[in-house]
Amino acid sequence: MSLKYESTLREPLVDGVKDYHQVTEDIISPIEGKPGKLWYVGFLISLSLLGFGAFSVFWQIYFGVGVWNLNKTIGWGWDITNFVWWVGIGHAGTLISAILLLFRQGWRTGVNRAAEAMTIFAVMCAGQFPIIHMGRVWMAFFILPYPNTRGPVWVNFNSPLLWDVFAISTYFTVSLLFWYSGLIPDFATIRDRAKTKLRKLLYGVAAFGWTGSTKHWQRHEALSLVLAGLSTPLVLSVHTIVSFDFATSVIPGWHTTIFPPYFVAGAIFSGFAMVQTLLIITRKILHLEEYITLGHMEAMNKVIVLTGSVVGCAYLTELFMAWYGANPYEFATFFKYRAAGPLGWSYWIMMTCNVITPQVFWFRKMRRNVMVTFVMSIIVNIGMWFERFVIICTSLYRDYLPSSWSYYRPSWPEVGFYMGTFGLFFTCYFLFAKYFPVIAVAEIKAILKTSGENFKEKMEVYEGESAEQFAKAVHHEHAH
Amino acid sequence: MAVKNFVVGLFDDEAVLFPAVKKVRTAGYKLHDVYTPFPVHGLDHAMGLRETSLHTAGFIYGITGTTTALTFMSWVFNVDWPLNIGGKPHFPLPAFIPITFELTVLFAAVGMVMTFCYLCQLMPGVKKHIFHPRQTDDKFVMVIELTEKSNAEEIKRFLNEAGAHDVNEQRAEAGWWYGRYDKNDEDVYARPVNA
Repeated sequence: MSLKYESTLREPLVDGVKDYHQVTEDIISPIEGKPGKLWYVGFLISLSLLGFGAFSVFWQIYFGVGVWNLNKTIGWGWDITNFVWWVGIGHAGTLISAILLLFRQGWRTGVNRAAEAMTIFAVMCAGQFPIIHMGRVWMAFFILPYPNTRGPVWVNFNSPLLWDVFAISTYFTVSLLFWYSGLIPDFATIRDRAKTKLRKLLYGVAAFGWTGSTKHWQRHEALSLVLAGLSTPLVLSVHTIVSFDFATSVIPGWHTTIFPPYFVAGAIFSGFAMVQTLLIITRKILHLEEYITLGHMEAMNKVIVLTGSVVGCAYLTELFMAWYGANPYEFATFFKYRAAGPLGWSYWIMMTCNVITPQVFWFRKMRRNVMVTFVMSIIVNIGMWFERFVIICTSLYRDYLPSSWSYYRPSWPEVGFYMGTFGLFFTCYFLFAKYFPVIAVAEIKAILKTSGENFKEKMEVYEGESAEQFAKAVHHEHAH
Repeated sequence: MAVKNFVVGLFDDEAVLFPAVKKVRTAGYKLHDVYTPFPVHGLDHAMGLRETSLHTAGFIYGITGTTTALTFMSWVFNVDWPLNIGGKPHFPLPAFIPITFELTVLFAAVGMVMTFCYLCQLMPGVKKHIFHPRQTDDKFVMVIELTEKSNAEEIKRFLNEAGAHDVNEQRAEAGWWYGRYDKNDEDVYARPVNA
């Protein structure tokens, strides 16, 4: 008999007096009701941003990449900065759903659904940048290895840019499968309590005919566990491969062996910050404070301070190696043109936002403060955007040939494209928050007895009794 | 699959459900299935279900991905169109590792999810009989199949004693069919009972 209970001393993961039905009510009733005014306002803002982004992309494709302020020296600017930033954002979702599942971290259940959705939307945003950056987007299919009539000339499997194609598309597919297979039982819950015909029809299709049979749950659990086992190295590999785009080159500032772990840590750092931003807003608007508790935020803030410190350590290591490696070009890149020089301001924004400010999370009071967490999450995301900008632009703008040195500021279609991906991301997220259960209902129910507040209180009474006695007591409780 | 007769009992708590499952097995009734709103750990063992071999399937799919990637890239670079790319070797195994890894994961994940859907008969448009609308909400539904030998009244009494409530008899299609949850499927149930 599986009647194991966690210590009553450990902070509950679900606050308040909840039973299984109450959990369903709390999480699914926002889907059945009409969205509030704030939802419409947010959705319209996102849609207009998306529209502006679409216009910017149209402009760029119509006139060519020349409308961007890239030049011969800086061939990668905002586009690849944004690509790496968005991919990085995605990583927290997979980390929460996969790595924390393998580590049996119960607190992931409150946040994993929204984090996985964030991953999918972020990867959707990320993927557009390299594709649009190709210029002639209608030729984008050239990157796929297929038997063609041009030779056949195959793609170059030695190229990290091609590895990216495989990494990002695999990452997107696996995240989507993981997310959707978790959603199926929750869709069935919505379907079975649906009052309107349309809702029964749509969620009936989405639920794939799920009934909750024990055998199916057994397979479902096995599937989740193996998908988590597959996603764990996958999430590490994706940003490692993204870092290879830089590390396998010979540009001073890019050609570094520290890049893979440093990029992965940075990705998790920015990803968790984005999860915090989204969840703080979501819990407030959907009144889910009892499911996404201060304890959840504290746990994520601990991850932020850890990965932030790893990133800080990497910055210092880079500086040390630039000096100790005795390569004059690398020394110049790091000490003259990154820390100082015309683009030096971006380096110091990065340092402040990523290394200095997150250290406030060493204090428990700060980790558990919603406002501080919210502000910090935005600061971290700004900092991590600048990290990618610093890596790309400050390594390129002063190259080996002083006559080609230049400066870089984005043009409006570049900014518009970036704004557009924000529009896409939040449009998707608003639709998700309206039509999908933002918290994994079935998973919350599975941990409710071990970490729900009222069950913990009850357990203090039952402590010392045998499982049989407990079963009788619970049975008696339900008899009336 | 066919239409059958079932006795359905509702349980409020998994702590009551577990002993009941054991009792049903010792009594020798034909336990059709137990529907739960979330995965109840150990219930599959209590019911005597076999371990799933989905893991093995996943492993085979993964190996397929590995070999596909390695053979394909080697064939392209060495056999089909050997091209000198900056003087690099034609069989650069380290450079093949990222794509090989990605395809391994991709094949394993996609294959497993498809196998999972096939084994559980899950697909858009699939419809199955729902014994109680709250079996995906908060109730644990035990369904016992009626055979020629079993007595419905006896099973009902038995379920009541084991802690179930709302015990009733249902005539239902045991399998799956194409249908919509917003429509009633009378014809599915009109078929003769296969007992």
